[in-house]
Amino acid sequence: MADKYPTERLKTWNDAKDIRLNYYKDFAEAREKGGIRWAGGAWAFDAVPAGLGDDVYPLTGEPYGASTAFNREFSDDCLEATEKYGFARDLCSYMRNYWGSILLNKYTFGGEFPKSDFLWTDHICCSHAKWYQVAAELEGGIPYYCVDVAVGPDEEVDENRIEYIVGQLHDGIEWMEEITGRTYDDNRLIEAVKNEFRSTSTWAEICALNKAIPAPLDEKSMYSLYVLGTLMKHSKKVVDFYEELRDEVKDRVERGIAAVGNEKCRVMTDTQPPWAFLRVFRYLEKYGCVSIGSLYTFGLIGLWEVKEDGTWGPKTTPMEKGVSITSRDEALRELVKWNLDKPEWQHFYSPKYKSDMMIRIAREWKLDGVLLHYNRGCEGLSLGIAENRLALQEAGYPVMIFEGNMGDEREFDEARTVARIDAFMESLDMTKEA
Amino acid sequence: MKVAGIDVGAKFVKVVIVDDGNLVSRSSRLMGFEQKESIEEAFKEALEKAGLKKEDLTHTTATGSGKTEVPFADDEFTEVSAAAKGAVNLIPSARTVIDVGAEEGRAMHTNAKGKVLDFVINERCAAGAGSFTEAMARALEIPLEEIGPLSLKSKKSIPMNAQCVVFAESEVVTLVHQKTPKEDIARAIHDAMASRIISMARRLSIEEDVALVGGLANNVGFVESLRRELNMDVKIPEEPEYVPAYGAALAAASRAGGGS
Repeated sequence: MADKYPTERLKTWNDAKDIRLNYYKDFAEAREKGGIRWAGGAWAFDAVPAGLGDDVYPLTGEPYGASTAFNREFSDDCLEATEKYGFARDLCSYMRNYWGSILLNKYTFGGEFPKSDFLWTDHICCSHAKWYQVAAELEGGIPYYCVDVAVGPDEEVDENRIEYIVGQLHDGIEWMEEITGRTYDDNRLIEAVKNEFRSTSTWAEICALNKAIPAPLDEKSMYSLYVLGTLMKHSKKVVDFYEELRDEVKDRVERGIAAVGNEKCRVMTDTQPPWAFLRVFRYLEKYGCVSIGSLYTFGLIGLWEVKEDGTWGPKTTPMEKGVSITSRDEALRELVKWNLDKPEWQHFYSPKYKSDMMIRIAREWKLDGVLLHYNRGCEGLSLGIAENRLALQEAGYPVMIFEGNMGDEREFDEARTVARIDAFMESLDMTKEA
Repeated sequence: MKVAGIDVGAKFVKVVIVDDGNLVSRSSRLMGFEQKESIEEAFKEALEKAGLKKEDLTHTTATGSGKTEVPFADDEFTEVSAAAKGAVNLIPSARTVIDVGAEEGRAMHTNAKGKVLDFVINERCAAGAGSFTEAMARALEIPLEEIGPLSLKSKKSIPMNAQCVVFAESEVVTLVHQKTPKEDIARAIHDAMASRIISMARRLSIEEDVALVGGLANNVGFVESLRRELNMDVKIPEEPEYVPAYGAALAAASRAGGGS
């Protein structure tokens, strides 16, 4: 059957791939260039170490864990090495892939695992602080700094809570100067902070364009795009890429270019997917079903706000609001306020926040149903997911659940998941194309 | 119009032939290693019982976990939809359908036409499926068909904590060593299974009437436990293990243009 809508490959696709691969290569080769390596969570305040110089290269753990999971054979080796070392199998599977890489001294992108000069992270989910505490030990005792950001949901944030985090960042900068012997450059910090505001807001703008029918992007492709924000949201490279991508997606919407040419049904997912089995998204397409994204892909790094018409759109940056950022303290303060509004940080405090945002997405992105991944690999993002299911159903959206693990392929049953998709699609009156 | 529904389950293949909405024959075979042979034999027998030839059938729809293994099927229907469609056709008042087979337990919330509105399926765990009773009958050293009637003799409720076949078996062994009467152990097994299935079904809104289908519906001990745990009646159609195959046959008729 001929497709209902025209489709086109993303012109910026190869750029995204290059940025990602160069990121991992740069980290591995940082020492050869006399640079500094640091590692930490994808939610770390990565703009802050940028003040140490232009030759400072990060490695964020979650995307590294996901890339490792995609390589099933190596991931199994990492997971087994971690279990053999004595860690429990039900811990965060990204963390286990990361630790396994250290234990095996193998880098997913080739060669030995590159040891960081220091670890810089923050703590909101149940694993982050321990992740890098253990990594520091496994790597022979490298310096480690963790910022506690668990100060409550955005609606409860006040000056004291902001000050609590800003104070930790000020201390962290002094700590970085001490362990690296470098002089900190506030101008670089200010530039990196502004980049982060732009990149995370622009990513939200891109996701908002997916409200269009047909959707210009599908979630499987979005995974390769949003990831850049999880690698280095503070970088100009990412800002430039997202702005170029935003323009391309806008053009796709104007010309009616679809991600899935036979789009008949729109769903969203939730939490990280089982990375080794992304082909289930292609299976959905046999039914003309496009996953337009998720709170995860939209809100892990994307920053949002409710616009005047009541709909969700990209958060207005402090620069757009005319806020002056000329000092270290102003930069850190704006950075903290910005991050505390992150959608994916809210539901650590109550599933209600997440349900409300998911229902909003379901309504504004015009969805027919929802696929929820009961992700055993991430307690943080799966927290309260059964409550989200009930709330979505109460709001009138059919929900399919499947169990799995984002980073441990041993806990995902592909055949059964596909059978569930069949049953769910049948219940939505969708038929599979030959 | 003559159509067939074939349910290729984990343990048995079931075939149902329907002529203008009326069930005219049924047949089943144990699924062994030679799955295609078992399917062919069951199909052949069902045709013979109906006095038909393969060519007389307008449409054949396959369902069950092995539905893709039926080379002569015209199409497929999911187990979830087949069980719901078959059950509601046989028990029109049913709005919640529980289907427990050898490998899987599932529950569906349906509308009056048997269309699935929501469903749940047990995850990779046999504790809510027929293979659980088989393992427990082995542990009790009694034939499988006796475990149900035996449990009805029990007057005592013993909680079983384990929700896993492997651990439940060791719990049963402990009870045997404690000289617990077999009927009480049998009831404890069925109560544990019913509890497992109901906790899964409660993720849906359990709307009456509740229909139970699948092979486990033949186990009177399990049915009693299910009724007790649910605190409501559970309606069971005749030969409940054939209901998904019947549902597939109804889908076949509908797809061939004969309505359902």
